[in-house]
Amino acid sequence: MQISSQNQVLTFDAPPVDRREVLRYARARADGGAVDALLTACLAEAEPLLTYRVLCRRLDITVTPDGVGTAELFFASRQLAERMTDCAQAVLFAATVGLPLDRLIARYQRTDPPRALLLNALGAERVEALCDAFCAALAADAVCTQRFSPGYGDLPLETQQTVFRLLDGKRIGLALQDSMLMSPSKSVTAFVGLKTGENE
Amino acid sequence: MKITDYMQTHLLLLDGGMGTLLQAAGLRPGEAPERWNLDPLHRSLVCNIHRQYFEAGSNLVNANTFGANRLHYNEEELEAVVAAGLELARKARAEAAGDQPKYIALDLGPTGKLLKPYGDLSFDGAVSIFAQVVQLGVKHGADCIFIETMNDSLETKAALLAAKENSDLPVFVSNAYGADGKLMTGASPAAMVAMLEGMGADAIGLNCSLGPEALLPAVRDYLVHASVPVLFKPNAGLPTEIDGKAVYTLQPEDFAAQTAEAVRLGVRAAGGCCGTTPAYIKALAEAVRDLPLLPTEEKKETVISSYTHAVTFGKMPVLIGERINPTGKKRFKEALRTHDLDYILGEGLRQQENGAQVLDVNVGLPEIDEPALLCEVMQELQAVSDLPLQIDTSDPVAMERALRYYNGCPLINSVNGKAESMAAIFPLMQKYGGVAIALTLDETGIPASAEGRVVIAERIIAAAEAAGIPRHRLIFDPLAMAVSADPTAAETALEAVRRLHAMGCLTSMGVSNISFGLPARDAINGVFFACALERGLSAAIMNPDSAEMMKTYYAFRALHGMDADFSDYIAFAQRLQPAQTAQPTSPAGAPTAESGTALLEAICKGLREQAAAQTKALLETRAPLEIVNEEIIPALDRVGIGYEKKQLYLPQLLMSAEAAKSAFEVIKAAVPAGARGGKCAVVIATVRGDIHDIGKNIVKLLLENYGFAVTDLGKDVTPEAIRDAVAAQHAPLAALSALMTTTVPAMAETVRLLHAEAPWCKVMVGGAVLTQDYADRIGADFYSPDAMGAVRYAEQIDAAQE
Repeated sequence: MQISSQNQVLTFDAPPVDRREVLRYARARADGGAVDALLTACLAEAEPLLTYRVLCRRLDITVTPDGVGTAELFFASRQLAERMTDCAQAVLFAATVGLPLDRLIARYQRTDPPRALLLNALGAERVEALCDAFCAALAADAVCTQRFSPGYGDLPLETQQTVFRLLDGKRIGLALQDSMLMSPSKSVTAFVGLKTGENE
Repeated sequence: MKITDYMQTHLLLLDGGMGTLLQAAGLRPGEAPERWNLDPLHRSLVCNIHRQYFEAGSNLVNANTFGANRLHYNEEELEAVVAAGLELARKARAEAAGDQPKYIALDLGPTGKLLKPYGDLSFDGAVSIFAQVVQLGVKHGADCIFIETMNDSLETKAALLAAKENSDLPVFVSNAYGADGKLMTGASPAAMVAMLEGMGADAIGLNCSLGPEALLPAVRDYLVHASVPVLFKPNAGLPTEIDGKAVYTLQPEDFAAQTAEAVRLGVRAAGGCCGTTPAYIKALAEAVRDLPLLPTEEKKETVISSYTHAVTFGKMPVLIGERINPTGKKRFKEALRTHDLDYILGEGLRQQENGAQVLDVNVGLPEIDEPALLCEVMQELQAVSDLPLQIDTSDPVAMERALRYYNGCPLINSVNGKAESMAAIFPLMQKYGGVAIALTLDETGIPASAEGRVVIAERIIAAAEAAGIPRHRLIFDPLAMAVSADPTAAETALEAVRRLHAMGCLTSMGVSNISFGLPARDAINGVFFACALERGLSAAIMNPDSAEMMKTYYAFRALHGMDADFSDYIAFAQRLQPAQTAQPTSPAGAPTAESGTALLEAICKGLREQAAAQTKALLETRAPLEIVNEEIIPALDRVGIGYEKKQLYLPQLLMSAEAAKSAFEVIKAAVPAGARGGKCAVVIATVRGDIHDIGKNIVKLLLENYGFAVTDLGKDVTPEAIRDAVAAQHAPLAALSALMTTTVPAMAETVRLLHAEAPWCKVMVGGAVLTQDYADRIGADFYSPDAMGAVRYAEQIDAAQE
């Protein structure tokens, strides 16, 4: 998949659910009983509400030991730079499974906390699975690095401000809060490096 | 000529895309477009785009102020950007050829923030951000205000309110709908029409997101419901990828033909959004030149809405759930006094499950701050339920505040024939919109006859119309009174319903009043409801938990052809069955195969319904406190130990806690508040800046289970508010939660403040980012890595009391 240098919205089909991963996020284990049954119920309720959307753009980058630069900006992070070694381009993306899940979690916070806990874990698993699906699609046409998100390692969470200047979040209903967290809450932003010379 | 006058007789041609043209002219990614208004190199480019739109035929051009607000500019720069933006549009107007009337709008786009509760921008904050820009637009000569590309109903309301409160200019409001025909936050076109018209928008409609054809279904919805002109600014189709750039492929002629179709259907203002250029507007001008103009007609619909959908009165009877109301309900009053929002919201959600279409919200108690609590309950309800609400208060201050913050078009309960009541309510309806329940009583009381009540209704209609409120925004309640006190009460009310219905008025009644003072009230209520429906009742304020009432409702609709293929009735009949067979599955208190009683087992297994049923049965033979101490607490302990030994996991712990809670609810209903024993007070909160409350809620639930008097202050709570709550109750323990590293300083500040000003209070902290080391550094008295640890520490504190 080729990514435009402008903001672009992609919609994905639902990736398969990894129940073990959901339970891991919930700090639980499959018990073949009540917890499994509850997870099944949560899935049935949440799935119709989830959307799988990615907002992305391609950036031309210059990698130095101290960070990664674009024509106008510089992301000071040695770890990001290390990951982007040998990359002349990167894809910046934001993935979200949408606001309705947040509403559902808010409702069950009030009325059914166990369900809220599992839905919360499900949301975390879903958005990561969406990121995986997007990165797999990228990797079909280019040699990609692993993704790297603001707040990870020495790339400060405040980088989100710059990310939101580059990505027009409202196109997928994404907003940045003063705390640098995003709403909808089940959303991820990240950089993926594209290795030089091996692009199609 | 004023733009709104011009629109009476002409199609208003709007402009096309701005952002896409600025990018093509070299606007860099991340660069703020409005800054070009000031930049000597670029301002002529902006002016040139405006001029080209005027020359293509546009009547209204939006100044380059879409993102101009204080989130992106400081005060000085903001004024400069807005002033220059409007000036450039005026310059373009002066220079442009074409003799059509030309107007200039202050363009207001979304803030880019999501409003609470899902985001962090408050409604007041949003109003104030927009108000500042509106004031600048007025000062610098805009002809009208164009609110556009809004994808959140509440933010749209904030912008419209700011426009109305800070200017007399015409206001156009345009929302961005997704492919599902809804706003990002879920609103349907009908819901938006109800809200925006009620608040006095001069034209409403849709822009951005999709091409004209894809948006046509939503345009039709607008045209069906709107009584004000509908505007339409679609994109040039969907972007596709060409040479690594997003390109809009719908050509000007096709765009014009598709958009002209919307004009043919009745759209009164048309232009373009992303991907459209002056060439598109020129083609559109050609395509619509000879089209006849359809009149904008009064639809006279009686509609209210939630943040997602509209409810229309007059077609199908509407059920308004009455249970969120303290009158005569001990448990509900207690919930209000102890700020037990979970209980109150639970009442709302249960009514929704049982079939309510609207929820009445009444939290009036003499000793509480009603304006504050009404707003809080209303907002929390809107966070968990998508039903429209009926705001029920006799306090005009509480009413105004609730109407302001309500997300949608509300039902107002109530106005009546007293001059004072009408003087208070009608201006609120003018400003905030909404439909009001009008009670047929006045200064002399409730007339004894149906005629008398109809006379008052007529007087209310006349006064409303004089105040600019058309009669279709009123629903009359002819007041069902206790038939046990006056044998003619039922017939009088029913006759008034019949007469009002014959006059073309909508009606509603508080049906349950009729049976006051009689046994088996449901039987009377159900039949009275049927009689009233037969005479034309449009809505009922009633108890959706009552099977009799719901039987009447579904049967009436089935019998009157209001339930195609009886699907609602059949679904209701299926729900009716299991409700009659809910019984404890094993004898109360009997030991099961494993150790412990059935209640203890139900809690350990996390079975909510069974725990409640078992408790109810046990209460017949054992004292409530004994049940708590010998069944519920041991069950919780057993689960807690299992959790600590990692034999059980968090979901199981929570499920057991929920089961215990349902058992406690049964106990609470049986025992007066003071006589429950119970442990010390604990104040719990997520600290300022942090909106995560899952962990906090888990700890709260467990503490409540163990009998602590928990005051939950919610999330994003200031140190001062926590100190005040601790001081008010002289609470010996405060529990603070923080999930983010960025909010640990707020936690440290809270700990300092509590230690300085409430030295008797121990502070325990927890949350994902905390460690023992962190907790020590910020001076907390205790760090708990999990919920059970918090309970154990609270028990130590409680034991150390007295």
